[in-house]
Amino acid sequence: MSIQYLGLSEINGPLIALEGVQDASYEEIVEITIDGKREELGRIVECYADKAVIQVFGSTDNMSLRNTHTKLTGHPMEIALSPDILGRTFNGIGEPIDGLGEIVSDIHRNVNGQPMNPVEREYPRNYIRTGFSAIDGLTTLIRGQKLPIFSGNGLPHDQLAAQLVKQASLGEDSGEEFAVVFAAMGVKHDVADFFQRTFEESGVSEHVTMFLNLANDPVVERLITPKVALTAAEYLAFECNMHILVVLTDMTSFAEAMREVSSSKGEIPSRKGYPGYLYSELATIYERAGIIRGKEGSVTQIPILTMPNDDITHPIPDLTGYITEGQVVLDRVLHGQNIYPPISVLPSLSRLMKDGIGEGFTREDHQDLANQLFSAYAKVGDARALASVIGEDELSPIDKKYLVFGRAFEEKFVGQGRNENRTIIETLDMGWELLGLLPREELDRIDTKILDKYYRPQEGKEA
Amino acid sequence: MIRTAEIYGINGPVVYIKGSTDFKMAEMVYVGKERLVGEVIELERDRTTIQVFEETTGLKPGETVTATGDAISVTLAPGILNNIFDGIERPLEEIAKESGAFISRGTKVSSLDTEKLWETHMTVKPGDTVSGGTIICQVQETAAIVHKCMVPPDVKGTVLSVAPDGNYTIQDPIVKVQLMDGSERELTMMQKWPIRIPRPARKRYACTKPLVTGQRILDTLFPIAKGGTAAVPGGFGTGKTMTQHQIAKWSDADIIIYIGCGERGNEMTQVLEDFSKLIDPKSGNPLMDRTTLIANTSNMPVAAREASIYTGVTLAEYYRDMGYDVAIMADSTSRWAEALRELSGRLEEMPAEEGFPAYLASRLSAFYERAGMMLNLNGTEGSVSIIGAVSPQGGDFSEPVTQNTKRFVRCFWGLDKSLAYARHFPAIHWLTSYSEYLTDLAPWYKDYVSRDFVDCRNQLMAILNQESALMEIVKLIGSDVLPDDQKLVLEIAKVIRLGFLQQNAFHPDDTCVPMEKQLKMMQVILYLNTKARTLVTMNMPISVLKEENIFEKVIAMKYDIPNDKPELFDDYMKEIDAFYERVLEKNA
Repeated sequence: MSIQYLGLSEINGPLIALEGVQDASYEEIVEITIDGKREELGRIVECYADKAVIQVFGSTDNMSLRNTHTKLTGHPMEIALSPDILGRTFNGIGEPIDGLGEIVSDIHRNVNGQPMNPVEREYPRNYIRTGFSAIDGLTTLIRGQKLPIFSGNGLPHDQLAAQLVKQASLGEDSGEEFAVVFAAMGVKHDVADFFQRTFEESGVSEHVTMFLNLANDPVVERLITPKVALTAAEYLAFECNMHILVVLTDMTSFAEAMREVSSSKGEIPSRKGYPGYLYSELATIYERAGIIRGKEGSVTQIPILTMPNDDITHPIPDLTGYITEGQVVLDRVLHGQNIYPPISVLPSLSRLMKDGIGEGFTREDHQDLANQLFSAYAKVGDARALASVIGEDELSPIDKKYLVFGRAFEEKFVGQGRNENRTIIETLDMGWELLGLLPREELDRIDTKILDKYYRPQEGKEA
Repeated sequence: MIRTAEIYGINGPVVYIKGSTDFKMAEMVYVGKERLVGEVIELERDRTTIQVFEETTGLKPGETVTATGDAISVTLAPGILNNIFDGIERPLEEIAKESGAFISRGTKVSSLDTEKLWETHMTVKPGDTVSGGTIICQVQETAAIVHKCMVPPDVKGTVLSVAPDGNYTIQDPIVKVQLMDGSERELTMMQKWPIRIPRPARKRYACTKPLVTGQRILDTLFPIAKGGTAAVPGGFGTGKTMTQHQIAKWSDADIIIYIGCGERGNEMTQVLEDFSKLIDPKSGNPLMDRTTLIANTSNMPVAAREASIYTGVTLAEYYRDMGYDVAIMADSTSRWAEALRELSGRLEEMPAEEGFPAYLASRLSAFYERAGMMLNLNGTEGSVSIIGAVSPQGGDFSEPVTQNTKRFVRCFWGLDKSLAYARHFPAIHWLTSYSEYLTDLAPWYKDYVSRDFVDCRNQLMAILNQESALMEIVKLIGSDVLPDDQKLVLEIAKVIRLGFLQQNAFHPDDTCVPMEKQLKMMQVILYLNTKARTLVTMNMPISVLKEENIFEKVIAMKYDIPNDKPELFDDYMKEIDAFYERVLEKNA
């Protein structure tokens, strides 16, 4: 029987202080009983010889300095794991909320995880077909990658992520070993419902584990949700040999929660009030994607974040971009033109793409074609800027061709149907069709041999 | 004397001890039951502060802290090359053997292999006078590099005995020295050196030799000298890491120390895989044979990230002392600065700009000043060049780390987002970048490349600058209204941008280009400029000139001419002449 401490010495927002504790350890989990009825979990965030500062995952309402019993559990935050977690739904700290009972297992894992040793990593090379031309063709997703979606409020990032999960799972590698871990941090009920429904409709819900911390759930719980989810993902990937796609939404809520707790701890803020360790903390989440040498499974991450005020230089997207291996950026102007998915191609990037495409993976012309599309579309921007000053009619003939190319590129290549699942060959061929709108001497990024083989000018069609 | 104390409080990577202790500043300590490595960073009458280089989860107040008596230091001996370490020189492969795919805490591994026998050739004999830096023996460390073991800087005396040539471990005593005060000391191949103190050298030279990288925009437009410093700032996705990889692969340094400081794990794996496969064109051996990786990825403990930069530069200085040219890639110094900020925040220090501590600038300058071309204590010459990536928040170069770095480096390779978006790589912008080494290196270019080189380079820069001025007008009214001579500037600048500055890291020939080819390419472009200009002054319109495909042809020469066939450039000169004649003839 472990010791219970009666009462507290201080309560400040989600933080409580306990004096006279014995044998407490840093990051240890404590159980708090209020009035002998309600139970909450907490984590020791500062620890001194006679005092511990505890972060409460639930709410501190109704707590007083006298009505609590606090028990030290003697271990850091852990969750029970077994293959049965597939198809189940949990709250933000890993407790089942689907009414199907506890997970019974001998396997308990520390949710904080440990850094993967770089010498034991395997460099990711296999691409995942998502069925979106803009992603497959230009920012190819690689198994074991972390590729976030930078979005804004009101943009269809949820639809994009749901369709991506659906199509990626229905790809040629689908089968038993594929699964999805979905972690929601501070999302609206409707959003959580939408994902749940989509997974059910597409028949993958048996392969989905959900961790839900909704917008009105305790804020501090959010800090632990992605860690719980990734611990489950690592278990499924590296011990059950599955390929796991982790969707984390919305990372902005996670960072906001950090700021809230940090300020109530009285820490010195760095940029825009976020704590100085925001980068390290985000990194401990994102870096948990990857492949381990000699293991079958993999963890691929698709974090979603909403950029406050659509500002890509805001600390959250900015620090994320420095950690993740690229990003897919959504654009409000394209969305306004009713182009779905509204992927802004130029700032989007996949860092691992170069090693996962080309001969033997997709097709020999993939890299050159992608480079040329990027470069040509960048010129479309210049031509449009000029047209807005001097008028379209005054443009040089070549600039006019770029405008035609730009419109076709956005409508046909970027835009596609909400159920349209394109093959990589369809995507690449469409790219060549679009490049056919431009004269050959403009295509300066493509090897001459590849140009001879694939380039077909479409002189007549454009008018 | 064993000095111990009890932990009083724990806050993230910072641990406090209450009451006075005998600990010294910057001393290495073992913390807790698991003996985590830590360093003393603050001493007060009633409180001692320690930063811990490992995860502190599970640590309890009351556990013991033991002092070691030494400052945080690195072990220097054969076995450093072709290896990968964490921020405090623990070999990651050994850690993997002990704790598996994930790095656990308190792993006890020695920095270097103490069992391995090295074939050793002695270079001193009894009776020799030795002092700090004297080379006592040589070991073939890798196929490419001979490791020269030296007398530690603080030892001076006469050799009493020397072991015969043969196989020894790094801990075997091989030389016995009688010190000046009469006492005797056994020397091994191994020595230790505290990471925060620069290793001594006799004299600093001016930097007059370039670090040739095979990257055109660097070698030609903004060269860095051996012993120089450069910063590569750029927002995410602009190609900082790619630039660093290219320099690490192709530069003519003898040794590369690659510090992955707070960056991605997969990137370190990639370096490890690529460099083991790629062959160094100079020596014919795998690139890893001349490389050491220091990997402290973004999710590894933050205090070790702070130390990793110093560990790297100390290893570099050690090889410099042997007479090698060493280049350090630090990717990224911003993560290191953030580690400083994080620790400073935990210590509740008064922040300066954007939460960074006020000592950021002095720490940065102390780091970059450890670069240099040196005359070593033993009379050899070696250099340490530092190339630091900077990741400015929001890609904004006015933030504190970029600004302070700019004060202490002499080369600035500014990466540009709009170039990266258009997939123009390397995305180093020619208008924001600069190199202060150009005048120092001019004599070298004159002697070893060509008398014309610097002149050609300046002409290229002039055209690019003219283009930028003209583009202001073009943005407003379009290019059609420009006079033909200005249109020609735009055309030639395009040839320079696409044909010369843009370089394809994945193309077998274009990834690394010898100086001679760089020169010839410039000469062809400038010759085309001269000839076309003559035509324009004769009132030939640009549209007529562009009917010929000579511009496209010159742009493609980087791919069409193999690196080892510079004589093919003469054909291009002839073709430009032919183009000139044809245009004249047709429009006479």
